[in-house]
This record gives sequence, C-alpha cells and structure tokens, in this order.
Amino acid sequence: MRVELRIRRYNPEVKKKPWWGEYDVDDVNPNDSVLDVLHRVKWTIDGSLSMRRSCAHGVCGSDAMRINGTNALACKVLVGRLAKEGSEKVNIQIEPLLGLPVEKDLIVDMEPFFAHYRSAMPFFVNETPAPDDKRERRQTPEDRAKFDDTTKCILCAACTTSCPSFWANGRYVGPATIVQAHRFIFDSRDRAYQERLEILGQRFGVWRCRTIFNCTSACPRDIEVTRAIAEVKKALATGIV
Amino acid sequence: MSEKIHTHIFDSVIVGAGGAGLMAALYASRSSNVAVISKLYPTRSHTGAAQGGIGAALGNLEEDHWEWHAYDTVKGSDFLADQDVVDILCREAVETVIELEHMGLPFDRTPEGKISQRRFGGHTNNETGQPVMRACHAADRTGHMILQTLYQQCIKNQVQFYDEYHVMDLIRIDDTIRGVVTVNIATGEYHIFHSKAVLIATGGWGRCWEVTSNAHSLTGDGAAICLRRGIPLEDMEFFQFHPTGIFRLGILLTEGVRGEGGVLVNDQGERFMERYAPTIKDLASRDVVSRAIYLEVQAGRGIGGNNYVHLDVRPETVNHYLKEAGEDRRIDAAYIEEKLPDIADFTRTYLGVDPVREPMPVQPTAHYAMGGIPTDLHGRVVLDGENTILDGLYAAGEVACVSVHGANRLGTNSLVDLVVFGRRAGLHMADYCLEADLLPLPDNAASSVVNEISRIRGNSGGVKSHQIRTDMQRTMTDNVGVFRTAETLAKAREVLENLAEQYESIEIDDKGKRFNTDLLEAWELGCLIELAQATTESALARFESRGAHARDDFTDRDDENWLKHTLCFKDGDSNRLDYKPVTLGRYEPKPRVY
Repeated sequence: MRVELRIRRYNPEVKKKPWWGEYDVDDVNPNDSVLDVLHRVKWTIDGSLSMRRSCAHGVCGSDAMRINGTNALACKVLVGRLAKEGSEKVNIQIEPLLGLPVEKDLIVDMEPFFAHYRSAMPFFVNETPAPDDKRERRQTPEDRAKFDDTTKCILCAACTTSCPSFWANGRYVGPATIVQAHRFIFDSRDRAYQERLEILGQRFGVWRCRTIFNCTSACPRDIEVTRAIAEVKKALATGIV
Repeated sequence: MSEKIHTHIFDSVIVGAGGAGLMAALYASRSSNVAVISKLYPTRSHTGAAQGGIGAALGNLEEDHWEWHAYDTVKGSDFLADQDVVDILCREAVETVIELEHMGLPFDRTPEGKISQRRFGGHTNNETGQPVMRACHAADRTGHMILQTLYQQCIKNQVQFYDEYHVMDLIRIDDTIRGVVTVNIATGEYHIFHSKAVLIATGGWGRCWEVTSNAHSLTGDGAAICLRRGIPLEDMEFFQFHPTGIFRLGILLTEGVRGEGGVLVNDQGERFMERYAPTIKDLASRDVVSRAIYLEVQAGRGIGGNNYVHLDVRPETVNHYLKEAGEDRRIDAAYIEEKLPDIADFTRTYLGVDPVREPMPVQPTAHYAMGGIPTDLHGRVVLDGENTILDGLYAAGEVACVSVHGANRLGTNSLVDLVVFGRRAGLHMADYCLEADLLPLPDNAASSVVNEISRIRGNSGGVKSHQIRTDMQRTMTDNVGVFRTAETLAKAREVLENLAEQYESIEIDDKGKRFNTDLLEAWELGCLIELAQATTESALARFESRGAHARDDFTDRDDENWLKHTLCFKDGDSNRLDYKPVTLGRYEPKPRVY
C-alpha cells in the first residue's frame, strides 16, 4: 500500500522554526510498522530524519511518539491498522511527544522525565537482614500479583506526555513516576512505602491526576495506569497499602 | 579543522549499560570512581528483551544441583566451553539469583513463596535425562526485570551515567589502557574519558544478519573497537540461531513457550522433534532445534511449503502431549496469558495470531554471539593463545568470550553470564584501580575518531549505508547461516570484501552535529562489516561441525583436530587466525545426543 507521511521536523542547525516534511512511500506491507516506514524515509529519502529506536518490538521504549494524534511506540503500530478498511492508501501524521522540549525532529529531551522518575525513590529498599538460610525473601503469589501490572513499565514516557495535567504544568511528576513508585509501594518486601507516599502526596504528586485516562490508553504495555494512580491515592487517603 | 575535545577523568569507565555493565557498575562503584557510558538510555539496553528466565540450580520445585547445570552447559556447548569457568558460572548462578531477589527483583513465586522455576532447552536432570525446572523467571519478561532492578539499584547507589554517548575508540598505548573516545550524540562533540581501566559490555552483533532477534543498536561496537586495537576475537564462527523467531520479523519467541509445553509442528502436523531428539524432544539445545527446522523446510515440510514451521502452545495441544507423557499437569488459556503475556502480545500485534487459538509461524533467527573478546575468569581481556593479560581492559556479557558458551549457548545462560561475570569483572576492576596509576593521555588521543567521522561526514561517494547493510545482511543469512560450506563461506568472503571497499565511498545526507543518527548508523555499519568478515574467516577455517557451526562439507565433530578455540586478529585489511586449547575438566567430550 501507499503511505503519505507528514512528519513534524525540527533542526535548529538548519532552521529556527519547525516545519512539516511530507514523504510518500510506496509498496508498504500493511504488516509493516510505522517505524519500518520511518526507516524507509530515513534510509532511502532523507537520512537527516532523526528518531530514537532500538529493539523494534515494543520492549525497549525508545520510539514513543505521536502518531495521528495519539501517543504510541512507532514499532508497535502497524500501518495496515491505520488505514480505512479496504483502502490502499493511508495518511499518517507523526509528531514528537508533547510536553518535553524537542531536540531534533522526533527526539525530545528525556531528562525532565527521568528527573521526575528518580524523585520518587524508584528502587527497592529493605535494610533488614536477608533470611538466615541465605535464600530468597518469601512472597506469596497473591502478594506478588498486587504489583505485577506496574512491573511492566518500560519508561517510554508515552503516558506522561499524553497527560493534560502534565502539559499544563511540567512540575507534575506524571503517571510514569507514579507507576514506578506503585511497583514498590505495593511490594510486600519493600520497607519505604511511607517515604514514597509522602513524596507523592505533595503538591505536584498524585493529586494533580484528574482521572482523564489518557495515560491508560497511551500505555504500549497495557498497564492500567489510572488504576495504579488511584491505588496510590487510596493508600494516601487511608494510610493502608 | 580543529575540534573542541572535552576530557573527563575517572578510575574506570564501563561501556554499555545492559545487565553486565550495570552489574559491574554496582560493584565497581563501591570503592572506585566509575562512569557508565551508553549510546542508549540504560533501560533501552537489549538485556530488557530477554524473556524466559535465568538458570540457577535452586531446586525450588524439584531436585537439582549446580553440577547438573554445569554438565548441561558443557554438553550444550558441544564440549567447546572451558570447564573451569563453567563451574564458576553455574555455582555462582545460585547466589547471584538470590542476590538479585534481595535487590528486589520480582520473580514469579511458587505456592510456598519461593522463586518460581520452569523448564528450558537443554536443562536436564542428569540422572534421568529428562527436562528439569531450573529457569527462574518473572513471567516472560525476566530480562526486563533484571535490567530494571539493576538500573534502580544504580540510581539508589548514585552511579554516574553518561547516557547517549557513543564510544568509538579505545585508547591503548602498547600494553596499557588510558580510556575511551566518545561522541556526545546530542551535540556531536567529542569527549575523552581518561581512566585507569575500561570495561567493554556492549552486547552482540545480530544485525550482521537479515532476520534477527537483536535490536537495531546491536552492532558490535565494542568488539569491533577492540579488534581494531589489536585484540583478538575468540570463536567468532559460533553464532546462535534461535529456533523460534517470528517468521520474517525475527522477533524472539522464548524457549519458555516450549518449556511450558509448546511443541514444534511441521506441515504434516507432525511433532518432528521426536525424530531429532527422542529424549527431550522440543527442549533440545538451540542449535539442534534450528537445524531440525531447517531440514524440515528443506524436505518440503515447511508450513504450506514455506520456510517456516509452527510453534503450537494451544492448551489442547499441550495437554494432549502432557497426557501422552504421563504427566498430571494440565494448562488452560488463562495459564498462557499469565506465564507468556508478552509472547501473546507480540504474536497478536505483529501477526494477528492468538497463540491460545492458533499456532505461531516461526523460523530460526540470528540471536546470540557465543564468541567475542577473550577474557579470563575475572573478565580481564587476554591478548593471545597464551592468555597474556592486557592490564586495565575488561569485558563482560555477550561481547565477551570467557568461554562459558563454547559452540552453542544453553537457554537462560546469557542472563547468568551477565550477572556472574559482570559482578566478577566489576569487583576485579575496582581492586585494580586501587593499585594502578592513571597514565597520561597521548597527544591527539581522539584523532583517529575525529578523522574517521570527518571522512564519513565529508564523503561524496554516493553509496548509501542502507544498500551496503542490506547486501551484507542478505549475504550473511544466505551463506553464513544455520548451515555453511566452503563454497558459501568463500562467496560471503568475496561479497564482504567488495562491501568493505564500497563502504569507503559511503555518503550521508545529514552533515550536522546534533543527533546525527545518519552518521552514527554509517559508523556502526563499519563495525558490522568487520565482524561479519571475522565470522566468515573463522568459519571458513574450521573443518568440522560443532554446535552452531554446522558445515555440510564437514558434518562431524572432530575432537582430534578441532577441540580448540579460534582467535581472529586483524592485520591491516585482512584477518589472521590462531588457536588456543580448550580447558577440560570433569567431562570428557562424547557424542551429543538429546
């Protein structure tokens, strides 16, 4: 099929303002991903088109971008699924993630995102001695299940940069930070949930979430982000995890 | 044109932030000043794509011993692995997996709350020969959990990261190491990291092949840089083709699918592995299964006559074979969703195939480099057949060759290798830095990188990297694949030589500095070509079949002449080969039957 791409371009070395680049790519297999088509453009039409990518199958989180107005990983969106039923042609518009400074083309500055992530203690804390038999700390399958969903996060930023609260104020820690903190708050082995809850209970923490669900729709790992945020809110309100 | 060069000073630098690099960083940073440099954000590293599990003889679900794991590893390696280091790998696997759990890694749990384990290819009860539950797992995203946990601990311990810095050269003066030369991807500026020691942990080079499970970023930079700096590469002819890549795409479908009971089926609906490996069938070593698939396809028994077979994990299929094997266990659709959620997501996303209802089309996919930078048991790089150590240089993970994988790696052992030898290398390097002096940088330490980058940027030869890369990948797939012969390898040699020549005329579109991925991809292609050549030369010279190196013209293993490791050196534009003996131990080489 034929893909007509409209890509938001930006390169301050060339031009001060962003522009729209338009590229037509023919003979695209409907099962090719948007990343495949971007590679076709980069490798055969304009090598200066810049984006991040690595694994190309949705597990590394490099290539989150706005595809027809919705955040997604370019490698997980198949071209055929963007086309109208039976159509041999598809128009695709690609933009960088919103809410983070654009560095070049589809590449944004991830540092503000990772700074938020680091702020909520995204690491396991348990300073009590390990079991005497030098084996694993025990955890029931039921306790393990409580935070299974949030262990799937790949830090792609698709959720945070789809959130209107984050767009309105970048000081909001954003959904990804809460998801990562959730993974530890609800881990029965961890000992720092109170400190994490204190951080997330502050002005730019979970209460900035207005339950809009954009994050949940955007998550390429199908994490129920809004539910995770609600669980953290509830823990803050009740003091029970 | 003079370029501004920034200089940073550290005790040591770690190149690559996957499992091996991060594990080394955690240990090395306890007593020395460490920089971790990666061309990606650390959490993008390909360790995160590992699925099925990490092998350790915890014996949580049935009897197991690290010595059984060691024998399975040696047998899997087709007796080419060095048995002293295999013992270390399998013994330390147990304590290291427990350590990962103590770092918070969320393993799946048994009903008693212990780390859950599953079956995996080539892992057996040594007394019965039957598959044993040894692969410790977290659903089918074990690598993701390891990568995340190690990165989290690095944040906790305030390890210093340089994200999106591309390492392009090793500063070696005679037999001393002075640091590395990098490009800051965001600015295009050159940064030298001046250090007493360097650890290379850049992963593999599956992108030499057309169909691969490897990320686009797996271009073997660290191995190529070392080769250019006079360090040999060991056992390059042994590259693993994983039997179950998604047809056409190469995306990995973990051996855990078969560990949970899935089977491979040909066009006649036959579970053909029963013929090739009567005892452990679908859970034979990867080289054995990949060859079986290839031979089924050659015999016209691919699905619909195509070059793929089916991987069937539908509950009715699995239960049929469980019953036939006399096992009590039965599975249902919910179990598949719980144990293999990512696999289900991949096949639904990319194929529109629901693994609970339909079989999945699979073909062998270029997956893992058994060979690489030769090291000793502390990750110290060795320079020759006499194991002469190059002080201050370390390597760990897939880029290294200890050698614990020999001619064919056992499933789950890549993750074991990362954490066991990442830790050993990190510890040794920190101790080394306490004693060693920081030697001065040479004048113009960055000049060869600056010259090469300017050459690529300024070139107007009109040749596109994409074209050369595609030709290289095709020729490697056609000629240096699951099976090879003198004829196919000679053909590959000729094509690669031609491509190396064309590479000199490469022309890029982007002449800028910021995030110039056009330029970086062209540079990476140079690494791939050199590694493809080293692979081909090493394969051409080995007149036997062993593990992943299967020659149609020398079909048998030849222990008398070939029980030895290859060392491939770069001499100007050509490669020179040497050999070194295999370290044997408890296990005498014998025919390999599964």
